[in-house]
Amino acid sequence: MEPARLLATDLACRRGERLLFRGLSFELQPGEALQVVGPNGTGKSSLLRILAGLLRPLSGSVDRPADIALLDERLPLDGDLPLGRALAFWERIDGGGYGVEATARLGLDAMMDVPVRYLSTGQRKRAAILLSNARAAPLWLLDEPLNGLDGQAAADFQGHLAAYLAGGGMAVIASHQPFDVPALKRLVLADYAV
Amino acid sequence: MSVALALLRRDVARMLGSSRRGATLLPLLFFIAVAMLFPFAVGPAPELLARTGGGVIWVAALLAAILPLDRLLASDVEQGFFDQLALRGVAEELVVAVRLLAHWLSFGPPLMLATLPAAALLGLDRATLRTVELGLLAGTPGLAAVGLIIAALTVGMRGGAALSGLLLIPLAVPLLVFGAGALSTGGNAGIALTGAISLLLVAIAPFAGGMAIRAAREG
Repeated sequence: MEPARLLATDLACRRGERLLFRGLSFELQPGEALQVVGPNGTGKSSLLRILAGLLRPLSGSVDRPADIALLDERLPLDGDLPLGRALAFWERIDGGGYGVEATARLGLDAMMDVPVRYLSTGQRKRAAILLSNARAAPLWLLDEPLNGLDGQAAADFQGHLAAYLAGGGMAVIASHQPFDVPALKRLVLADYAV
Repeated sequence: MSVALALLRRDVARMLGSSRRGATLLPLLFFIAVAMLFPFAVGPAPELLARTGGGVIWVAALLAAILPLDRLLASDVEQGFFDQLALRGVAEELVVAVRLLAHWLSFGPPLMLATLPAAALLGLDRATLRTVELGLLAGTPGLAAVGLIIAALTVGMRGGAALSGLLLIPLAVPLLVFGAGALSTGGNAGIALTGAISLLLVAIAPFAGGMAIRAAREG
């Protein structure tokens, strides 16, 4: 069993000609969450993609768990298909259904027959949350998870996140909104700007 | 294995599915339209049509293969399908290999079927029709592979669609030379060479495509 922790060592990131940050190190243990804050364009999303292993850092290394869930602004569902059938593709990939409980919690159970392209912004966000977080991945990378959610849904999401952390999960959150979860560390990206 | 089946199911449903029927039929209609218009353009002389018809079918097939390229991979990359699959440990190579099969299924066999009416319109004899059909069977997997590699290379590029059309033409020339060349030599050697080129391209495509998609993430 590999160590379920996230360790970033001396990360630097370059996008195009710009060096966004360097010398960034942190460690996350099970049950901890890290909120990454910083103005637009300082590399929050890039940092999350580096942590996910989708982007190579200019220097430094990341020791990550094998299974990671990433929630970003995109929704990988076929727009023409009804939500239920579009989700069924990912359920087959993940080798199991997401369950009625998870769908009902996000208020998506009534939307299963609606084509994905007719979903509202908030509903698309809920579907993206379902896709990335219904799996039991030990690390959640959340890029602006509250964007588009109404007050109640945002509160529900934070409650769910707190329960996930209490169960030994880890989360890295890039967001401007305040998060009310226990064991939340803050990382100000501007401190590592060049 | 179940992952590959799930991918194939989605790809085939997306390419042949009812929601995109127009997009699926477009290359076929284009192909038939070329075969219909050609006799009007060059005149109805039967011996001229019989001599050039096979080559026209090949050119039409090649151009029809360009039509579906722009949405072959780009929308999946934009929507984050590849990222989410990568996070689940599904290799890009597998996704591209399955996409190659689905892409070929969506245009190869339909083109071979559409060749029957096209051959009738051009007045091809039985032997020529056989050579064309065998050549298409050997050549269309290669066309699909070239198309897929190009679609992967132009992912994330603005105006990628126009560029893919231009890029496909030189890369498809070997297939055309041997595939259509088999018509004039009348032997099976040209078809065998077409098949060999196709096999090579099909073998390269998943790896080249996977690398191109990973490289596009850095862009």
